[in-house]
Amino acid sequence: MYKKTGMTLAALMVAGSVLAACGNSNNGNAVNSSNNGSGGENTATNTAGNTGGETTAPSGDQVFRMNITSEPPTLDPSLMQDNVSGTIADGIFEGLTKTDKTGETVPGMAESWTVSEDSKTYTFKIRKDSKWSTGNPVTAHDFEYSWKRTLDPKAATPAPYAYQLHYIEGAKEYNTGKGSIDKVGVKALDDYTLEVKLKNPTSYFLSLVNFYTYYPVDKVAVEKDPKWAAEAASFSSNGPFKLSAWQHSASVEIVKNENYYGTADVKLDKVKFEMMGDSNTELSSYTTGALDWAGKPTGTIPAPQVDKFRKDKNPELQIENTASTYFYIFNQSKKPFNNVKVRKALSISIDRKLLVDKVVLGGQTPAFGFVPPTIKGQEKSFREETQQTYFEENVEEAKKLLAEGLKEEGMSAFPATTLIYNTSDSHAKIATAVTEMWKTNLGIDVKTEVQEWKVFLQNRTSLNYDISRAGWGADYNDAMTFLDLYITGSGNNDLGYKNPAYDKLIEDAYVTADQAERSKLLAQAEKMLMDESVVMPVYYDTAASLVKPYVKDTFITYNGNINYNYAYIAK
Amino acid sequence: MIRFIGRRFLNILLSLFVLATLTFFLMKAVPGNPFLDEKTPKAARDALMAFYGLDKALWKQYLIYLGNLLQGDLGISYKTPGQTVTQIISQSFLYSLKLGAVAIVVSVIVGVSLGMVSAMYNRKLIDKIAVVISILGISIPNFVVASVTQFYIGAELRWLPVAGLDGPLSYILPTFALSALPIAFIARLTRSSMLEVLTADYIRTAKAKGLSPIRITLRHGLRNAILPVVTYLGPMTANIITGSVVVEKIYNVPGLGQFFTNSVTNRDYPLIMGITLFYAVILMFARFLADIGYAMVDPRMKKSTKGG
Repeated sequence: MYKKTGMTLAALMVAGSVLAACGNSNNGNAVNSSNNGSGGENTATNTAGNTGGETTAPSGDQVFRMNITSEPPTLDPSLMQDNVSGTIADGIFEGLTKTDKTGETVPGMAESWTVSEDSKTYTFKIRKDSKWSTGNPVTAHDFEYSWKRTLDPKAATPAPYAYQLHYIEGAKEYNTGKGSIDKVGVKALDDYTLEVKLKNPTSYFLSLVNFYTYYPVDKVAVEKDPKWAAEAASFSSNGPFKLSAWQHSASVEIVKNENYYGTADVKLDKVKFEMMGDSNTELSSYTTGALDWAGKPTGTIPAPQVDKFRKDKNPELQIENTASTYFYIFNQSKKPFNNVKVRKALSISIDRKLLVDKVVLGGQTPAFGFVPPTIKGQEKSFREETQQTYFEENVEEAKKLLAEGLKEEGMSAFPATTLIYNTSDSHAKIATAVTEMWKTNLGIDVKTEVQEWKVFLQNRTSLNYDISRAGWGADYNDAMTFLDLYITGSGNNDLGYKNPAYDKLIEDAYVTADQAERSKLLAQAEKMLMDESVVMPVYYDTAASLVKPYVKDTFITYNGNINYNYAYIAK
Repeated sequence: MIRFIGRRFLNILLSLFVLATLTFFLMKAVPGNPFLDEKTPKAARDALMAFYGLDKALWKQYLIYLGNLLQGDLGISYKTPGQTVTQIISQSFLYSLKLGAVAIVVSVIVGVSLGMVSAMYNRKLIDKIAVVISILGISIPNFVVASVTQFYIGAELRWLPVAGLDGPLSYILPTFALSALPIAFIARLTRSSMLEVLTADYIRTAKAKGLSPIRITLRHGLRNAILPVVTYLGPMTANIITGSVVVEKIYNVPGLGQFFTNSVTNRDYPLIMGITLFYAVILMFARFLADIGYAMVDPRMKKSTKGG
């Protein structure tokens, strides 16, 4: 019998370490789901009730049900850092601005604002006709309190995304314990006037304040109960909806907030978020009518099924471009990847169109630039205003460049190299196909290695790799969100890239108030990244979802999030 | 007897301590940390590490954890900072327990009946069918049963809900997936021990007295044949309650199972520890109770424990 206990113990330990060793990447990706490889092109047939034009009236139960896969880690905007929480927050909170039915940024809690001459001071007029779900008025003080609370270096729980507020004058200093709360550039001049001073002229600031880190919290409710955000009963929010039920790890329900100023635009009575961790279960639930929406942004349709639906021209399938790029990175602190010619050779010796059509199977757009097409420029998209393509695939040229590059580095042959990616069928298939192309076209052997999400991240941040898969989804609608990743010392510069000329372009773009000048600087920066093959773009990502035909006026925002605030049901 | 119980109890405590220690250091040895994420800058990560005391020396962290553990404090989940580990475990274990209890009852009733019928019609067609069913039950893993029944009965035929635990109907499919193996196992146990019992002298006497076959089987046969099934109940209960990870995921039951893997992927240290210890306690106590029960029922066990 002693033996029995011993065996139980051993079994548990083995289970523990095995789980620790393998696991999967779902969680990592949930945080940053837009980086996953699945989806397709903008297939037509958007009969799923989007983009207006139709005049059907709401009928039937005004309840919308979708899957968010897992428990939202928090519903306190200050602590948020993932798009499960963000998807709910976008319904229950509203920032100074909001997204209208066409995806444009329009006045939200602020009814109007003025911007100073130097583009650094914003004065917002807060609307007087909106209240918190608890009945307290929404005031400028709430905003000041919320932002300072997020920046507080001694906060009850440190805010992981506090850096999103670092655009504000004095914010970074206070947040890192070097400044003081009084020097932070946000101030309620009176109950309904909010003054915000920025460090640099930030042209996209009005779209930033529509991001969850900038959402206000109810000062009165938070001060009354520090655990206000843990349960539905003590929760307070100011958006179109309010939290009505939260069964942890099972479901979240939000209902219309009658204290919200724009109730006339809110047609749904209730949104129900299910937490289904299994994508097959999600699909079955959608098929049997237990869900009205499946797939991105917070769910997943199994990739083979997406392919099948595309081929069947299933009218409920909608595939949208998202502001996300799938690319490979080279460790430039390591020979021969420090050499431009070697990197370029690897980049131009693969066939992106073939990859997208035969391997990724969603018909994503092959990428010959870094900033995805949905990112705005000054008038049109950033892509349209700059260059569509920065390089061409050319096997002969690649062979020549590789030989030259290796010679420059004093190497006689291409060294043993490994390509790492995190656990996912799609990443695995792409890695296999790419290394096969390198083998055929360049005659080099690159091994592939799958790593569990956190191990993968650890290796990437500590530059412990040769070539790695990478992805990036926009934080805000501006090319800067992609381009400032690779300045020297950036926390996201996990390729060991150091280029003072590049840093200069980005820094100049930070401080200039001249929009034309700024666009030019950003365009130059992207060109530099591409000319030096600093990263190897593979494709611009898309998000695939299934939407029931009776769901109207939901839409996918530029960065692949769902907007259900104007939705209604017409059964 | 008291000495036996006392020694077994001490043994459990010691095992738990060893388990907690090993899990703690193994889990810390895995690369990566709870706050590592593509979009969280290093400064914010470091602040969080310091906030949760993860910047201290490993042995200090270990002592602090043990100290809290002794006071019954399992800590806060790093992934969902609004919830304590104890809250998470108690909320979700309730779902696992509800589903598990139904599965256990079904397993015993169906398994024993199947085994009995099998034994009564030994080597006849019914017996052969029952044997085939048992073999299928034992050899098909529960996640296959779960996925296949979910797809055909839930999604295609739409007879039953595909997911969730709302209402009695939604229990049918997950219960079936969970109890397929125990049913098969119990059926085989019952059958073989029943066959053995049915050849015993007292059964012959009962037959000679002219009792009806059903009365013989139920009253005289089953009563004696059920002992092995009772012993199997302990580990089975523990297995069903802790082993439903995959079935829970497939049927979207918000039980504890999902956290078993997710906590490791998230490097949610307090949750990993909490769940490992919780499962260990359940497993060990299930065996502990089975051992005590056995010692009480079987005189031979009593004797051997006195000697040891």
